[in-house]
Amino acid sequence: MKRHVLSVRLWHWLNLVSVVILFMSGLNISNAHRYLYWGQWGFSPDQAWLAVPRFPGWATIPNYYSLASARDWHILMAWPFALGLMFMWIAMLVNRHFWRDLRTSGREWHPKAIRADVINHLKLKFNHGPAKYNFLQRMAYGSVLGVLLPGMIFTGLAISPGFESAAPWLVEVLGGRQSARSIHFIFAWGIFAFTAVHIVLVLLTGPIGQIRAMITGGDMIKGGGA
Amino acid sequence: MKRRALIAAMGAMFVGACSKVADSKVGSSLLSAAEDWHRKAHRALSNRTALVREYARADISPVFRGNGSVTVDTDEYRQHMAEGFANWRLEVSGLVRNPMSLSLEALRKLPQRTQITRHDCVEGWSAIGEWTGPQLATILEAAGISEEANFIVFRCADALGGNPYYESVDMVDAMHPQTIIAHRLNGQSLPVKNGAPLRMRIEKQLGYKHAKYLTAIHATSSLDDVGLGQGGYWEDHHGYQWYAGI
Repeated sequence: MKRHVLSVRLWHWLNLVSVVILFMSGLNISNAHRYLYWGQWGFSPDQAWLAVPRFPGWATIPNYYSLASARDWHILMAWPFALGLMFMWIAMLVNRHFWRDLRTSGREWHPKAIRADVINHLKLKFNHGPAKYNFLQRMAYGSVLGVLLPGMIFTGLAISPGFESAAPWLVEVLGGRQSARSIHFIFAWGIFAFTAVHIVLVLLTGPIGQIRAMITGGDMIKGGGA
Repeated sequence: MKRRALIAAMGAMFVGACSKVADSKVGSSLLSAAEDWHRKAHRALSNRTALVREYARADISPVFRGNGSVTVDTDEYRQHMAEGFANWRLEVSGLVRNPMSLSLEALRKLPQRTQITRHDCVEGWSAIGEWTGPQLATILEAAGISEEANFIVFRCADALGGNPYYESVDMVDAMHPQTIIAHRLNGQSLPVKNGAPLRMRIEKQLGYKHAKYLTAIHATSSLDDVGLGQGGYWEDHHGYQWYAGI
C-alpha cells in the first residue's frame, strides 16, 4: 500500500470539517420548508414528491431552529468545500493519483468480476492486489469525488438566484430550480451514506493505522484505504 | 466509555465549538464576510445587467403564494382598500434632485415592463408569476438620482411583530432592467396577499427583498441610520444576510 500524498491528506480533513458543517447546517435549512419538488416551482405540500421529516436539534447547526444562522454557516463553509475540491481535482490530475489509483478499466466492469469483488467485500476480504484501491473502492471514491461532491456545488449554485444569470443553462440542465434543490438534498444523503460505510470499513481494517496513515501519510502494514 | 457515548460527546463538543465560533468576534465577522464573497463572485461572474430567466405563460404556477405579511392591519390601509388604492402615493426621496410623490395613475403612465419570473423564498420554495410595472431605474432617473447614492431603501405599509417592514438594495440591483415596481400580477391588479397596490421585484435576490405594500423609495449613501442599520427588517430583527442572492 502506497502512502497517501500530502494533498490527499490535507484535503481529506478540510473536506471532513466542511462537509460535516454543511450537512448539519443543511438539515437546519431543510427544516425551514420540509417539502421537495421537481421542476421549476413548488410551494405547497400537495405539489411535493417528498415530505421531509423535521430534523432534531442535536443533528443541526446551530442546535435550535435558526434559518439565518444555519445559512451563515452553510454560506461560509461552501468556500473551503468548493475551493478544496477544485484544488484536489487539479492535484489528482497533475500528480496522476486519478489516472493511477481511481480510474477503472473495462475489464473490471465485467459482471463476474464485480460479483467476485462484492462477495469478497461481504466476506470482509479486502484484496487489492498490486493496486492502491480495488474496483469497489475506485467506484466509491470515483463517484463521491466525481459526482456527489461536485454535484453538491453545482446544485447549490443553481439554487442561488444571484448566480443564475451567470449560467442559466445550469438550472435548465438540472431540470429547474426545485429539481436542483431536490438533487442537492438527495446527494447530501448520498454523501452521508458513503461516509457511514467509509467509517465502518475504517473500523474493520484497523482504525488506528488508517487514521494515522491519513494524518502522517504513514506506512500501512496491512489493509488499504477504506 | 462506550463508543456510542464517545461519538455523542464528540458531536456535542463539535456543535458547542460551532456556537463558540459563531459568537466570537472573528467568527461572526467571518460569517458575514462570506456573504460578501458570494456577492462579489456573483457580480464578477455575470454582467451587471444580465437578465434572469423569463418563462412562458404556460409555466406560471396556478396560484402565487402569499408569505410574510399577507395584509396590512391598519385603518388607513383598509381605507385604501375600500377606495381601490386610488389615493395611494409612492414617495421618492433622499439623495435625488427632485423628490416626487407619485400616484398609481402616474406609475401606470410610465413605460411598463412585463416579465414572467420565478420567485425564490429563503425557505426554499418557488413560484412563477407574471409581473407588470415601471422599472425602478426609470423613476430614479426621473427623480435625478445623485452620484452619492449607494443604496435604495424601500419603505412599506406593513409591520411584522410590531416592527415596520423595509428592505434595501445597492445601485447594481436598483438599476437592473428587471427591477420593477409591480402593480399587476398575472394580468390582474396586485392581490392584497401579494402586496397591493405596489411591490418590488428584485429578481436576482430572494423573496424577502421584494418589499410589499410599498409606500416610499429613499436614496441614501449609507444604511447605518436606517432602521437598526442592517439594511432591512429581516436583517435587523432576525439576522438574515443583507445580500440575498444566495
